[in-house]
Amino acid sequence: MDHLLARGNPGLLDWVERVGSSARNAWRALADVPTWAPLVVGQMRRLGVDSIPIALFIALFTGIVLALLSATLFIGAVPPYFVGALVGKTIMMELGPVLTGMALAGRVGANIAAEIGTMRVTEQVDALETLAYDPLSFLVVPRVIAGTLMFPVVTSLAVAGGVVSGWIAAINLLDLTSPEFFKGLRMFYEGRDIWFGLVKSASFGTAITLAGCLMGLKATGGAEGVGSVTMKAVVLGAMSILVLDAFWALVLLK
Amino acid sequence: MIQFCDVRKRFGDHVVLDGFTLDIPDGQTTVIIGASGAGKSVALKHIVGLLSPDFGHVIVDGRDVDEMDRVELMDMRSRIGYVFQSAALFDSLTVEENILMGLNRRGLDRATIEERVSWSLDMVELGVSADSMPSELSGGMQKRVGIARAIAVHPEYILYDEPTTGLDPVTAGVMNDLIAHIREEMGTASVVVTHDMRTAFAVADRIAMLHQGRVLQVGTVEEFRKTTDPIVRAFIEGRASGLDLSNIMTQQWQVPS
Repeated sequence: MDHLLARGNPGLLDWVERVGSSARNAWRALADVPTWAPLVVGQMRRLGVDSIPIALFIALFTGIVLALLSATLFIGAVPPYFVGALVGKTIMMELGPVLTGMALAGRVGANIAAEIGTMRVTEQVDALETLAYDPLSFLVVPRVIAGTLMFPVVTSLAVAGGVVSGWIAAINLLDLTSPEFFKGLRMFYEGRDIWFGLVKSASFGTAITLAGCLMGLKATGGAEGVGSVTMKAVVLGAMSILVLDAFWALVLLK
Repeated sequence: MIQFCDVRKRFGDHVVLDGFTLDIPDGQTTVIIGASGAGKSVALKHIVGLLSPDFGHVIVDGRDVDEMDRVELMDMRSRIGYVFQSAALFDSLTVEENILMGLNRRGLDRATIEERVSWSLDMVELGVSADSMPSELSGGMQKRVGIARAIAVHPEYILYDEPTTGLDPVTAGVMNDLIAHIREEMGTASVVVTHDMRTAFAVADRIAMLHQGRVLQVGTVEEFRKTTDPIVRAFIEGRASGLDLSNIMTQQWQVPS
């Protein structure tokens, strides 16, 4: 089998070996629960709780803009309560998860890549290995688990913040009453709206933290090398969000 | 016992180790000297499996490091203390927490761990700095914390990577005394990689000179002092003449992380 693969495409065997090796390493790291479990809560605070202000900041202004924009589009054409429908639906299903993800790709992805990249170039990762730690268990797994668990929490708060700011903008800046806004909000609401956004944000959390960790571990040289992997982690995280966004739309909305 | 058997290693076009063969016996301090970029640190990293040879074998206590599975590798690493050139302290942890990193993996009880932390910090005379962050310490103190972290686990071997590089002569002397003291106190086999001949002569039982990827000469301190080999003499005396400078200059590359 190996010969056949190698004869057909020498790079293929190499690729298969690398994928197999990565899967084995990932499984080994996940199974090393005593190493990563005590670190998860600290990472949840760093990557999740500390990201709430930036996520809320973005969501608040997005809610205001959405309310004003939908008013511009709908007033005169459809009943005004459609403002509530558009703000709620758009923020819950798309803008809340994606904009939060983009913001965290910068904040969290860059933070992780720079931290682990610095550890790599200053031999701290090597030091971990000589102390019989698996860097995947110690550095990667707790961050990825924390990101996967906390991104939906941060996104939920961002969605709530965005809807509230949209409501406040609608009743203060537009000729809309609270009952009208909430009528629109409820009219098109489906249970799927919430979990669709949360599933997406969990996958964004996995992708962003994984990109940050893996890029950080690849750092070489000094400050320039760390800067380079940090930039790559942010770009890779942002691209992953867009690809996953399309993927979940195809899978869950069809 | 640690053995390098015909080890070859290259990074891109740069051949770093080219038939490197050396035995490191138990209970002795073996110093590997050589110019910067000669491959001394690369050799050291092979012992703990941070690098794998392109050819040849690195044997630790009869087992080929490259053939160890993950569990065996971790077990072997837990028996070796590694002191990094840059100290490589975890900068988000205090001195005490750095030392605990190694001890927490040993399944020791709380009292033993506390006793080990205290003992290792006393050995390097940094007992009062347990709560300090690495960034609050001088370079020499950071290296001593690195040593404390390595010896706290009571290793069978201690590997020192350029322990005196970047230190002033007095602090370097303190570091040499510390390495010798640890050897006397613990009876541990040590491998010291350095280009500082004061360190080499102060701590070595045996010296090996690494040149052009292989061992040029192995011997005792006395044998090295009396050597007539022009390259070794030039290195010991710090003279450029007698050394193939062009070769040395082309060795100024960096080991990929």
